[in-house]
Amino acid sequence: MTDTAGDAVDPGIGGELRLSGRKICKSFGPAQVLFDVSIDLRAGEVHALLGENGAGKSTLVKILSGYHQPTEGELVLDGANVSFADSAVGEAHGVILIHQELNLAEQLTVEENIFLGREIKRGWFLDKVAMRAEAKRLLSQLQCNVDPRARIRDLAVSDRQMVEIAKALSKKADILILDEPTAVLTGREVDILFDQIRRLREQGVAILYISHKLDEIKAIADRVTVLRDGRHIITEPVAELTKDDMARLMVGRDITQMFPDRVSDTSAPIVLSVRDLSLAGQVRDASFDLHKGEVLGFAGIVGAGRTALMEAIIGLREKSSGVIERNGKPVRISSLQDAKDCGIAYLTKDRKGSGLLLNMDMRPNLTLLALEKFGRVILDRKAEEAALERAIAAFDIRAADRKAKVGDFSGGNQQKLLLAKVMETDPDIVIIDEPTRGIDIGTKSQIYHFIGDLTDRGKSVILLSSEMPEMLGLSDRIAVMAAGRITGILEGNDRNEHEIMRHATGISGQEGVSVHERT
Amino acid sequence: MSGLERSGQNASSRFSIDFKALGPFLALVLLFILGTSINDAFLSSGNLSNIFTRSAFIGIIAVGATFVITAGGIDLSVGSMAAFISGAMIVVMNGLVETLGPGLETVLIGVVLSIVLGIGAGAINGLVSTKGKIEAFIVTLGTMGIYRSLVTYMADGGTLSLDFEIRGTYRPVYYGDLLGIPVPVLVFLAVAVAGYVLLNMTPFGRKCFAIGSNEQVARYSAIHVDRVKTMTYVIQGICVSVATIIYVPRLGSASSSTGVLWELEAIAAVIIGGTMLKGGYGRIWGTVIGAIMLTTIGNILNLTDAISNYLNGAVQGLIIIVAVFLQRGDWRRKKSK
Repeated sequence: MTDTAGDAVDPGIGGELRLSGRKICKSFGPAQVLFDVSIDLRAGEVHALLGENGAGKSTLVKILSGYHQPTEGELVLDGANVSFADSAVGEAHGVILIHQELNLAEQLTVEENIFLGREIKRGWFLDKVAMRAEAKRLLSQLQCNVDPRARIRDLAVSDRQMVEIAKALSKKADILILDEPTAVLTGREVDILFDQIRRLREQGVAILYISHKLDEIKAIADRVTVLRDGRHIITEPVAELTKDDMARLMVGRDITQMFPDRVSDTSAPIVLSVRDLSLAGQVRDASFDLHKGEVLGFAGIVGAGRTALMEAIIGLREKSSGVIERNGKPVRISSLQDAKDCGIAYLTKDRKGSGLLLNMDMRPNLTLLALEKFGRVILDRKAEEAALERAIAAFDIRAADRKAKVGDFSGGNQQKLLLAKVMETDPDIVIIDEPTRGIDIGTKSQIYHFIGDLTDRGKSVILLSSEMPEMLGLSDRIAVMAAGRITGILEGNDRNEHEIMRHATGISGQEGVSVHERT
Repeated sequence: MSGLERSGQNASSRFSIDFKALGPFLALVLLFILGTSINDAFLSSGNLSNIFTRSAFIGIIAVGATFVITAGGIDLSVGSMAAFISGAMIVVMNGLVETLGPGLETVLIGVVLSIVLGIGAGAINGLVSTKGKIEAFIVTLGTMGIYRSLVTYMADGGTLSLDFEIRGTYRPVYYGDLLGIPVPVLVFLAVAVAGYVLLNMTPFGRKCFAIGSNEQVARYSAIHVDRVKTMTYVIQGICVSVATIIYVPRLGSASSSTGVLWELEAIAAVIIGGTMLKGGYGRIWGTVIGAIMLTTIGNILNLTDAISNYLNGAVQGLIIIVAVFLQRGDWRRKKSK
């Protein structure tokens, strides 16, 4: 069969048609997840793939890159039908998928990872000099100053992402699929990544870019395809759609209210007070108060010490000094158990690494933190099932199968389950670190409303987030950290992006620290 | 990713879990059919009772190993520990004959000593690996050598023999029976039931699963990881001491060759039973069946001339590898591709 140039082809912006999926259907067992989806990638074009968690984006790109085989439908590469038996065949044709979860060997060095399986050799031996030079060249192209000899396990997640991209570049990818590449990147790194994507586009690479972030799609993509419930909804030039259009197409309904309506009351009693808390090398003299029913945001760039501060408060890290008061009384918290006893709960930002047991189903995950509630000698399975029933209803966890492993859940459902797990301890204070990382817009809004419900019930929330809209949309006050210090606590009209950035970059606010330290 | 996809993937994982649950049992049934077809004597009550009694040592130790492995650890020292504990029991009981006589008191003191040593040895393994942050493989490799050389030292390089009169008192613990069921089999059953309840129905067992699945998640779930892990080694130590208490009256002696390679047989029983070596998933009944299978293989080879009894180890090894291969479950998916 040759190119029948038909149904799948939309009027494109970029150059020649490279890879298309025609009427792709995919079923896993009896369950169909993709229905007649068509998509085409053109040389020199950034094509965005947009959809809620569970819309079938990942399945589609896995089919395009050879990780899965379509149940029906066909792949057409440069006008000829192709079938990728596995991802290696896809890569041989220049189609490379960079996964959401990075695939790097942690114990190996950067250069070893870049050339893994394709080592440059000289006779029987590895040509380390050549590999190092090439790795250096690729990384400097990405303006990434990671040492090629550094081990992956020692690198920040954002640097690992750059290494993944360098690896793809070294494979001469001319059809590059990026699955939520910015989920773990900071603002500056996103800029660098976008520069790279633009550069690759100019070189004629066809790029498929998956993201939940509408801003990013506006900024980088030429065309966008929206998937919903496994079906193709629309393919349009990005310029023709507003962000609201995209959100509506993706969710299938209007999101009338992204954030909950909340009434803040700064005269409410103080439930948590932290004074001069220090953590060797990470946090210095942090002091703040948390009121009942309040959302206190913590903003700052990555590495500012926000997570370290919170983990010190809840006893996961050893603090070098400082006092914590709960309802006006000093408390000693030296383990998570102590924090739990004080009514403080913590939602980790690393839901896969520290939040959930991915190889288990929902029930043991839900009850793990509050296990003593379900029996001190023998666990009461019925009570556990009842708790799961309640949690599924309360947090709208959509699992087709109750016995499914949590690792197979979408990010949104995982996050809801994690929230439910933490709420099983019935805390008064909930510390939430990056509540919506890698989550689609519909679920995000749900989580924001859950947070609103918490404060309505008189609970207090500390919110750590790198996403400015949710920081501004949820927080009553915003504490900003820079280099391990709280550089200011912004209230009222000061809660804006400009002030946050000024304090986060240390331009402003040293006096803010001293003011607060003396209160 | 999607809800639909999830249920699809689950269809296959449900299959493999069923296989995990039933696989060892089916394999044991097959072995029994094979045994019967080779020799009618296989199913005689004498032979079956012999198989179960002999399974008891490794089985009881393997129940303890199921805890350690489920929580993501490994204990290589159990064979040496058993030798050391039996040596210490014999020395102390022999020494007490003069003052207390060869009666029940002496044996009871020996039994208590065994339990205390088991708890102590297990606690050493657990505390050194958790507090010292040394991998359990290395710690127990070290204690394996230590316990083994202690028994060699106590026996002065030779064999420690239990006093003849104490043997008479102690004998029923191995050779006795209750309602026709040999005492070791009863003890094995009791240990297995207790192990099952502890691993599957208590908060402690749940914590073992959690730690074996992901230690970091366990830590972030307010679980005292070090404490729970140490407890699994203590449970292992208690199991070794119970097995030793049954073992001593059978042989009546201990030497540097006592319990050699038991650690590997125990681990093999655990793995055949469907527990994952990397932790996070453990099955007590699987372990029990695994231990019985290992003994049955030896027994069948004894009853037939087709394969030399000297190849016992080879057949066992083959069975271990095949069992794990079948349990992995993805061999089927590959075929269907």
